[in-house]
Amino acid sequence: MLRIDRLSAWYGEAQALREVSLEVGEGEIVTLVGRNGAGKTTLLRCVMGLHSQAEGTVEFLGADVSRLAPHRRARRGLGYVPDDRGIYANLSVEENLLLPPVAGPKPWSLDQVYDTFPRLRERRRSPGTRLSGGEQQMLALARVLRMGARLLLCDEPTEGLSPLIVQQIGGILRDVKDQGVTVLLIEQNVHFAATVADRHYLLAEGRIAESMDNAEVKAREHELLGYLGI
Amino acid sequence: MLQQAFDGLVSGAFYALLALGLAVIFGMLGVVNFAHGAFYMLGAFGAYVLLDHWGVSFWIALPVVPVVLGVVGVAVERLLVRRLAALDPLYNFLLTFGIALVLQDLVKREYGVQSQPYPRPSALSGSVNLGLFSYPSYRVFVLGVAVVACLVVWYALSRTRAGMIVRAATERPELTRALGIDVGRWVTPVFGAGIALAGLAGVLAAPMRAVNPLMGSDLIIAVFAVVVIGGLGSIFGSVVSGFAVGVLTAVTNFYLPSLSQTLVFILMVVVLLWRPAGLFGREEGVA
Repeated sequence: MLRIDRLSAWYGEAQALREVSLEVGEGEIVTLVGRNGAGKTTLLRCVMGLHSQAEGTVEFLGADVSRLAPHRRARRGLGYVPDDRGIYANLSVEENLLLPPVAGPKPWSLDQVYDTFPRLRERRRSPGTRLSGGEQQMLALARVLRMGARLLLCDEPTEGLSPLIVQQIGGILRDVKDQGVTVLLIEQNVHFAATVADRHYLLAEGRIAESMDNAEVKAREHELLGYLGI
Repeated sequence: MLQQAFDGLVSGAFYALLALGLAVIFGMLGVVNFAHGAFYMLGAFGAYVLLDHWGVSFWIALPVVPVVLGVVGVAVERLLVRRLAALDPLYNFLLTFGIALVLQDLVKREYGVQSQPYPRPSALSGSVNLGLFSYPSYRVFVLGVAVVACLVVWYALSRTRAGMIVRAATERPELTRALGIDVGRWVTPVFGAGIALAGLAGVLAAPMRAVNPLMGSDLIIAVFAVVVIGGLGSIFGSVVSGFAVGVLTAVTNFYLPSLSQTLVFILMVVVLLWRPAGLFGREEGVA
């Protein structure tokens, strides 16, 4: 579904990604783990076309999208959930949901969103940023599901949230996967990652250092946590 | 005192019309449009030239001049601003500054720096009784038009899908692209509309303010402060702050005339110290 081939990216002179290659298959949940500054966010931004200083190939659904503008990539079914959640203060909750155009074969209806996230229905007329952090994260996920995105690019959706909400997000990601949606997830919480994902890539200093399956992550949880400095 | 406050509302109306366009253009393009004041000046000169050369009345100029300037704005965006959009915003800042200087000097060459007379339309030459005091009807009209223009813009922004997209793109242009919206396509009409509002303010100013090539550059610095006070990129903030600054300046002028010219900048400094993102601005980096 997503194939990244020898992707490099720079910030001025500083190289943030060094020939990263990875693949995400249809219906998979794959996480990217790595220390702060390892290049995880840059990688997602490159997939979305938001980082201009980049080289390499990004293939989505069998087509090379490396030269496409961000909005064209989104319309092919990439659903971006940025690290700050990207909720608009000047848009109501409902407008936040309705902003992106439908871009996939199975978009969620508003009712479906509200049935899954009752809190969003209650607050649908309030400005998006009046929601709590957890609710904003739900809104950011719901927004790309309403789009009908086929691949979600989630940048640390659990960061700074309470364990209960983290669990809830885990449940949503598993549900979404059951519906055939693919997820590429940045996650520092290795324990959480092992409960939702199928496979994991460890990113270090802009390179893929290791590719691991769940059993391996579980077995090496302590070592990984130590490495990540958590 | 009440009359001063009313004067303040009228000058606030000009601030609001100009700040509105500046705020939307800044939000979507990241460009501080320095030429905004020049288009305001062209609005006034447009009305003057139409009347002076062809005897075209104020009532025709009022809709025609803003529309023509809006088209000019579209051309400026398409032919010039767009070419620099991918570069550091500083380039477009310099470009619009240059446009402002060129427009100013072209008008100066033709008409010199002295003010041109523009009569009030005869239907509005009298005054109306507002209960507590009587007030020039033309100024009441200006206030009315500005309020209606702000309401129309407000309606378009808050109740239409196009408005929703403009709000989103003004707040977070990059994210909006990543959510599947071709922000670039919306930039041109928004730029044109912002310029048209500046032109409208200019036509309205012609009968009550000195029509000269520098009228825009004198005003625009204060308008920048108004936009900063309202919160860069905040549409609602720019309008509220426009009217508020107008009233506060007029009231200050009543009590402390020497301070009234600087007040807007003092307000800006205070607001920036208290709320660095402006009254209605979004703090950077806070989710």
